[in-house]
Amino acid sequence: MTAATTSLKPPSFADRMRQWWANSRIPPVWAFAVIIFLLSIVLDLLFGVDDQLFITNPVILTNILVRSVALGIVAVGQTFVIIGASIDLSVAYMISVTAVGAGYFMAGDPTRMWWTVIVLLIVGAVVGLVNGVLIARVKINPLIATLGVGLILKGLLNAAFENFAGAVPRSFQSFAYDSIGPIPISVLVLFLVVLAGWFILTRTKYGAHLYAVGGNQEVARLSGVRTGRTLIIAHILCSMTAVLTGLFVVSRLRSGAPWVGTDGLYDLESIAAVVVGGTALSGGKGGVWGTLGGVLIFSLLDTMFNQIGIDAYMKQILRGAIIVLAVGFYTFRSQQEPS
Amino acid sequence: MSQITVPVESESTMTKLRRWLSAVNPIYFVVIALLLGVAYLNRAFYEPNNFLTFLERSAPLMIMTAGQVYVLVSGGFDLSVGSIATFSVIAAAILANNDPGSTWWVILFILGCGALFGLISGSIVTYLKVPSLIATLGMLLIVRGIGLYWSGGAPRGYLPDNFRAWGRGGIEDLFGLREFPYAVIILVVMGFLFWLVMHRLNYGKQLFSIGDNPRAARLSGVGVEKVRITAFVICGAAAALAGIMIGGRGGVSIEGGTGLEMQTIAAAVLGGTLLLGGRGNIPAAMAGALALELLFTLLNLMGLPKPLRDAVQGLIIIGAVAYTAYSSRRTN
Repeated sequence: MTAATTSLKPPSFADRMRQWWANSRIPPVWAFAVIIFLLSIVLDLLFGVDDQLFITNPVILTNILVRSVALGIVAVGQTFVIIGASIDLSVAYMISVTAVGAGYFMAGDPTRMWWTVIVLLIVGAVVGLVNGVLIARVKINPLIATLGVGLILKGLLNAAFENFAGAVPRSFQSFAYDSIGPIPISVLVLFLVVLAGWFILTRTKYGAHLYAVGGNQEVARLSGVRTGRTLIIAHILCSMTAVLTGLFVVSRLRSGAPWVGTDGLYDLESIAAVVVGGTALSGGKGGVWGTLGGVLIFSLLDTMFNQIGIDAYMKQILRGAIIVLAVGFYTFRSQQEPS
Repeated sequence: MSQITVPVESESTMTKLRRWLSAVNPIYFVVIALLLGVAYLNRAFYEPNNFLTFLERSAPLMIMTAGQVYVLVSGGFDLSVGSIATFSVIAAAILANNDPGSTWWVILFILGCGALFGLISGSIVTYLKVPSLIATLGMLLIVRGIGLYWSGGAPRGYLPDNFRAWGRGGIEDLFGLREFPYAVIILVVMGFLFWLVMHRLNYGKQLFSIGDNPRAARLSGVGVEKVRITAFVICGAAAALAGIMIGGRGGVSIEGGTGLEMQTIAAAVLGGTLLLGGRGNIPAAMAGALALELLFTLLNLMGLPKPLRDAVQGLIIIGAVAYTAYSSRRTN
């Protein structure tokens, strides 16, 4: 009886907000992103190195977005493989290979731009294919397979190049520096990649298959999903997003060096962004919008560190600690034995 | 009763030999083949003094690999060992600052730091349940960051001679040798200890059981948390010890341990350690490290560029794991 009377009461504002939040299907990571955004305003007020608040400075605001582009594109690919219960640790080396390769092959000549991009995308697809075949067909643990492929890429790249090689033409740099109206081209590209990822994952048969494979490979196989092929495609897409990130990085730097990918920590940070965005490392659930939220958090933190003038090495310590704690925040309740 | 003994067909010598050979870990044959290969390209390699110098150079990697095997057998990875070694070199140079009297407490402090880093990694993996690969990659950043923050990003300080002796000195005029390196003595003693703990003590048995099947180990009363964290602590301390020897050999630098994490894993895999736990052997893994160093020497003698070492390691890791995956599927 009492239950019936209480249900007659109109829901309070807080209840309605909670209901709205539950129905909205916004990944919870966005709440964190907003909290960190507010926190960084406070920190900027207290410890900022310049008088100006960063939210009033459009340059810095755009910079947060541009900073998200490099990590964001590759994180979308990483989301795919992690949803498939796999992982890709070779992306950082793939980014280095792309950055160096683009500078070397374009050699400042605009006419060579397009075929270089196409060749690099094909190289990425082949590397992804190798990763996928090693994992899905040879049945090597994905961490080990992609680490091994990454080491091979690193060795070959370092044997061939020791420093910045070649340069991309000025027209290619518009990818990183020009904008259409108020929106930078790079941010537009990131948005398109995320949109494409969202579309594939939620609106196509392939996406449904990928979730099925990640959730339970055996069940997916018995229901008629070609599990191997699904995983291989995810790895090909992931390596190709790494190529896109590499192209963006080189268009910003004008020339690529063998360490740009690993120094950018794209392997570790892309995985961390995916996990923080609510995609389970065990696969089967998650999505690209959450990942985008995770990426924004990382670039916000990066911007905040710059704003309050933290030493470069201290920044490295904090980044390591934040990544571990952020992943730990999602994994510490899991019942699985750690590996 | 005694009349009806079943006549046992006596095995031929060949079958016996084959049985004996298949029981020996293949890595030892690889080491022998590589030794012959290096000898073919460079005769001087086998003069006792030169060979001991080679062992002295390989000792840090072999000790680190033995530590790594503990974590690998428990079912995890430790990617922070390279940066722990780098940190040890940086910290030793700053703390000792060319004061010979400080050597002992500096060494103890550094071994303690290594163990502490291992304790942190192990706790993150065990209690926060972060996959060890991500946790120790994070630790790699943190430990390297601490070292560089402390030194300001450039080599600082100076290592006294009695500290550096652990990496490059030795007992002079022993058995008619020019000198018998301390590093080789440490290698033998530590190798024995690592072997003892893993293959003869109860702790080793528990370690294998948690790597093989953590649930079964837990149900049979093994303190899984404690055993796993101890493995990381041993690994961290071993990395710090290797760092002390690297600093002794190469002097102050901020690059001392770069890339060693992958070398230890490749070496352990070469020695038949099963990634993701449950199987491993300390002497074989140390032989794997020796094989890796011999392979690098061989590549060097053949005039291949140094960075190709990474590619070789990648191929070894993938090849060895693919081989185990293939052979285990065939037996199933």
